[in-house]
Amino acid sequence: MHLHTLWFVILAILWVGFFVLEGFDFGVGALHSLVGRSDTERRVAINTIGPWWDGNEVWLIVAGAGMFAAFPAWYATMFSALYLALLLVLVALMARGVAFEFRSKSDDPRWRATWTWCLTLGSLLIPLLIGVGLGDLLNGLPIDSHHNFTGNFFNLLTPYGLWTGVTLLGLCLLHGATFLKLRTTGELRERAGAAARPLGWAAIALVVGFVIWTLSLNSSTDVPGPVQVLAVIAVVFAARLASSDHDGWAFTASAVAIASTVGSIFIDLYPRVMVSSTDAAYNLTVNNAASGHYALVVMTIVTVIFLPLVLLYQGWSFYIFRARVSSPAPPRSPDSGVSPAA
Amino acid sequence: MTNDLARWQFATTSIYHFLFVPVTIGLAFLVAILQTAWHRGGNDDYRRLTRFFGTLLLINVAVGVVTGLVQEFEFGMNWSTYSRYVGDVFGGPLAMEGLAAFFLESTFLGLWLFGWGRLPKLVHLACIWLVAAGTMLSAMFIMVANSWMQHPVGYTMNSHGEPQLSNVAALFTNPTFLWGYVHVILASLITGALVMLAVAAWHLRRQREVAAFHKAAQISVAVLLPSILLTMFVGSELGVVETKYQPMKIAAAEAQWENCKPCSFSLFQVGGGNNDKTPSQIIEVPYLLSLLATNSFSGGVTGLNQLQREYEKKYGPGNYVPDVFIQYWSMRIMAYLASLIVLLALWGGWLLHRGRFDRSKWFLRLSIWAVVTPFLMNTAGWLLTESGRQPWIVQGLMKTANANSPSVSATEIGISLAVFVLVYIALGAVEVVLMTRYARKGLEPDGGESGSAPSGTPAAGAAGVGGTSIPALTY
Repeated sequence: MHLHTLWFVILAILWVGFFVLEGFDFGVGALHSLVGRSDTERRVAINTIGPWWDGNEVWLIVAGAGMFAAFPAWYATMFSALYLALLLVLVALMARGVAFEFRSKSDDPRWRATWTWCLTLGSLLIPLLIGVGLGDLLNGLPIDSHHNFTGNFFNLLTPYGLWTGVTLLGLCLLHGATFLKLRTTGELRERAGAAARPLGWAAIALVVGFVIWTLSLNSSTDVPGPVQVLAVIAVVFAARLASSDHDGWAFTASAVAIASTVGSIFIDLYPRVMVSSTDAAYNLTVNNAASGHYALVVMTIVTVIFLPLVLLYQGWSFYIFRARVSSPAPPRSPDSGVSPAA
Repeated sequence: MTNDLARWQFATTSIYHFLFVPVTIGLAFLVAILQTAWHRGGNDDYRRLTRFFGTLLLINVAVGVVTGLVQEFEFGMNWSTYSRYVGDVFGGPLAMEGLAAFFLESTFLGLWLFGWGRLPKLVHLACIWLVAAGTMLSAMFIMVANSWMQHPVGYTMNSHGEPQLSNVAALFTNPTFLWGYVHVILASLITGALVMLAVAAWHLRRQREVAAFHKAAQISVAVLLPSILLTMFVGSELGVVETKYQPMKIAAAEAQWENCKPCSFSLFQVGGGNNDKTPSQIIEVPYLLSLLATNSFSGGVTGLNQLQREYEKKYGPGNYVPDVFIQYWSMRIMAYLASLIVLLALWGGWLLHRGRFDRSKWFLRLSIWAVVTPFLMNTAGWLLTESGRQPWIVQGLMKTANANSPSVSATEIGISLAVFVLVYIALGAVEVVLMTRYARKGLEPDGGESGSAPSGTPAAGAAGVGGTSIPALTY
C-alpha cells in the first residue's frame, strides 16, 4: 500500500475510533440529566464514563494532529474553512471538559445545574458540528486553486452536511443510551432502555436517509457499498437489541453502526480528502495534500509502536472499571460521592 | 489587521494556556513524590497530602487540557499558510505528542483518580508516575516543535520551496531544544514547588495540620532549591546558544545597539528602545554581559545595528529588530525574580535545618505571596522567546506577516478572540475560586482509610462491597 493511502486509512481509523469511544461519552453527557432524575443518579450516570472520557477525547486530538503531520494541506484548508464551526466546537469542548471536573466541587444546586447544562449542550453540539464538517468534506466546499476556502460560514451549512451532523448526533445519543444501559442497574438502566427506543427509531431513519442521500451524490453507482449496508443493519440491530436484556450486544451493535457510518464517509472520500465545489481540479487529494516520504515513514514507525500500546492500556483501563455503576443503597449526602460498586 | 489580530490571539491563548501547564507538570511530579513517600513509609500524612494536592492538580488539569485544545486547533484555523508550509516537519512532533504523551497522561489520570482502593497499591502508584511522565513527554514534543521554529534543523527544501523533514534525530538534538526543554521542565518544577510551598505556608501560619504541612514544605523546598539554581545556569546557557543562532533575540534583550567588546550588563535603564536608541539613564556592571553571552570576560556581542545591516543583506529590506522593550524587561523580570527565589529557597532551607521553619512568621507570609512569581517568570520567558524571534515565525524561513489564513477575515478572528477572552476570564475566575477554596479546606480526616483500605486488592475484590466509598475528589 502506498504511504499516502496508508495514512488516509490511519486517519480514518482515528476518526472512527474517536466516534466509537467519545461517541458514547457524548451520548451519556447529553442524556445524563434525562436518565438521572436526582443529583445522585446524575452523578452515577457521569461516573459511568468518569475514568475514560478524557482518554477518549484524545482520539480527536490525535486525529487532528495526525492530519497536520501527514496531510498538512488538508489540515490547513479544513481548519481554516470550518473556522466559526470549529470555534463553537472549541467552546463546547471547553465547557464540557471542565464540567466533568467542576460540577462536583460545590453542593449549590445552581452550580450543579450550570455544569449539567454545559455538559448537556456541549455533548450535543460537538458531534453535530463535527458531523456537519465531515459531511462538507464529501459534499464539497468552495475551494480555489491555491486550496484556500473562498466561502463563508453559511456555505458550511449545506443540507447534506446538516443531515450528516444530525445523523452522527443521533447515533451518539443511541450509543450513549446503550452504553448507559450496559453500565448501570435498576431504574437508571430502565430509563436508559426507555430512551433508547425512540432514539433507535430516529437513528434508523437518519442512517437510512444518510445512505440514500450519499448514494445520490455519487454519480457512478446506485448500489450501497458493504460498509453502508453494514451501517443500516447495525443500527437496526442496535435499536432492536436496546429493548432486550442483551445490553452488551446492543452496545456492540451501536458501536458498529457508528463506526461503519463514519467509516463510509472516508471510503466515499478516497482518494480525495476535501472536495472542491468550485472545480474538481481543485480537490484536495491524498497525493496533493500529503507530506514527504521521509516524514510519513517516521510517522508510520511512531504510530506502529505507540498505537497498539495505547489500545493495550486503554483496553486495560476499560477492563479495570468494567463493573456496573449503581447508586449507593442508603442515599447519602451529595458530598460523600457515589460508589461505583459492582 | 488580520495578521495583528491573529498574533494577539496566539499570544493571549498561549500565555494563558502556559499558566496552567507548568502547574500540571510540577504538581504531578510532586504528587507522585508524596504518594511514593506514603508507599515507602506508610505514614498516613503523606496519603492525605497526596489526596489534597491531587485535588488541586485535577482542578488545574481540567483548565490546562481544554485550553490546550485551542492551541492544537489554532495553527490550522488562524495560521493555515504556516501550517501548509511547515506541516511536513512541524506536524510530526505534534502528532507524536498526542500518541505518546496525551493518551498516556489522560488514561492513567483516569485510572489514578478512580483507582483509589481498587487498584493494587503499587500499580496505583505507577499510575501517578505515568501521569507525571506523560506531562513531561508532552512538553518535550512541544519544545521540539517550538525549537524548530527558533532554529530550523533536519530539513531540506522541496521543489515547491517548502521545508521537508530529512533527519528526525536532528530535531531531537537541536541545541535550542535540549537547553530549552530542560529549562522548561525546571521552571515547571519551580512553579509546582512554589504552589505547594505557598499552600503549606498558609496552613502552617495558622498552625493547622503542622506535622503534615511541614512535610509538604520540606519536599517543596528540597525540589525548589536545586531547581532554581539549575534553571539559572541552564537559562544562561540557553542564552549562549541563542546568541549563536538568534543573535537578534539576545542583542535586543540587552538593548545592545552598538557592537561591544568587552560588554557591560545593563541592570536598569530608561529609554534605549526601538525609537530612542540611546538610554537616558543606565546602571551597568562592567564585563558581565560578555560573561553571560559568551562565557568569557572579553567576549564580544554584535549590536542590533550591525545585525540589521547583515539581515538586510541576507534577506532583503525590512525591519529585523524585535521589540527591544519587551526583550529587555522580560529578560530582567526572569532574572531578578529568580534571584529573589534563590534567596527565599536558601532562607527556607536554613529555617528547616535549624528547626524554626513552622514558627517563622515572615518567611511563611512571604512564601504565600511568592506564588505569584513563577507565573510572571514563565510568561516573561515565553515573551522573550517568541517576541524575540520576530519578525520571523520560523527563523530565517518564513515571516509572521505572511503566515496567517488568507480565507479567514479580521472579523472572524476578532469574534474568536473576543469569545476566547470571555471564556478564559470565566474559566480563570472559576479556577481561582476553586483552587483557593480547596487549598484552604485542609486535609481529609486522619486515618480515613477509604482510599487505602483494600490495599493489594485488585478491582474485582471490591465487587459487592457496598460500603466502598469513592474518594471525595471523584465527583
